[in-house]
Amino acid sequence: MHNGLAIGVGRIPIRNEADFFIHELVPVKFFGSTVYITTTHVCAAIIIVTIMILAICARNSVLKHQDNPTKFSAGVEIAIETLLKFVHGSMGEAGKHYINYIGAIFIYIFLSNISGLFGLRPPTADYGTTLCLALITFVMIQYAAIRYKKWGAFTDLFQPVFFFFPMNVISEFATPLSLSLRLFGNILAGTVMMSLYYGLIPVLFRFGIPAFLHIYLDLFSGAIQAYVFTMLTMTFVFDKRNVE
Amino acid sequence: MSINIEGLVHAFSALGAGIAVCSGIGTGIGQGNAAGMGAQAVGRNPGCKGDIMSTMLLGQAVAETTGLYGLVVALLLMFVKPFNK
Repeated sequence: MHNGLAIGVGRIPIRNEADFFIHELVPVKFFGSTVYITTTHVCAAIIIVTIMILAICARNSVLKHQDNPTKFSAGVEIAIETLLKFVHGSMGEAGKHYINYIGAIFIYIFLSNISGLFGLRPPTADYGTTLCLALITFVMIQYAAIRYKKWGAFTDLFQPVFFFFPMNVISEFATPLSLSLRLFGNILAGTVMMSLYYGLIPVLFRFGIPAFLHIYLDLFSGAIQAYVFTMLTMTFVFDKRNVE
Repeated sequence: MSINIEGLVHAFSALGAGIAVCSGIGTGIGQGNAAGMGAQAVGRNPGCKGDIMSTMLLGQAVAETTGLYGLVVALLLMFVKPFNK
């Protein structure tokens, strides 16, 4: 894509290299049409491989050092206990059915969001990724509703009176939309800001100063958004369970 | 000076992007309100700082959604250019 930014202040030329677009890398034939393997796929693959390596290391370390924990295995145990407390604190006893999904999605979103620190383009800054995550959550919310309320899941759509049905349906479908757009918008805004900074500013200012921007836009914002996504998932699922 | 239609579309797209980002005003007010109330609550009851923090962050994130819709619309207008042929 060649959508350069047409920016210039008076006669001062500003460098024009801001690049936050998704690049198409490898064309692939797929059922007769051409699709592309993009930067999102590559970055997501890198992150997934990192998570797998981390998980294998953590498992080996925890199993091996059960009696005399090292720093790494103790850290892993603290992280898992924090996660357990987080899930049980907001879902109660029902949390144990969902801990796997919540933990996995939290780790994936968090590492995706902070991958901008390591020079990758965050996969969550692509609407395809966040929409898929939100759709998984949507399926899980509906599954929880049917599981806990049986037919009540359907009759609840006609609460409080029958002509509220369209509004209830819309509000059910608005959940994944707002979840995905929130994550996407936040991370994309951070990515755009960072690439504008790196692309439009002279080389002299590229050292030191961006560290503060990275701390806010990548670390802080990414951690908050990962927390919010998982927290909202738990809230919605728990909501379906609560009402009789 | 002649005005071609493509430049006009470009100009109005940029104008629309600027107007769309104005949705951030409401978001800012709402988030600031939530943060102020959170600070008040912590001042009154420092014991439940963690609960107050998590509730406040959740509320702020939900309030942020409308602002982000505006941001997404602005970015679409600026970089995807749906109205250019």
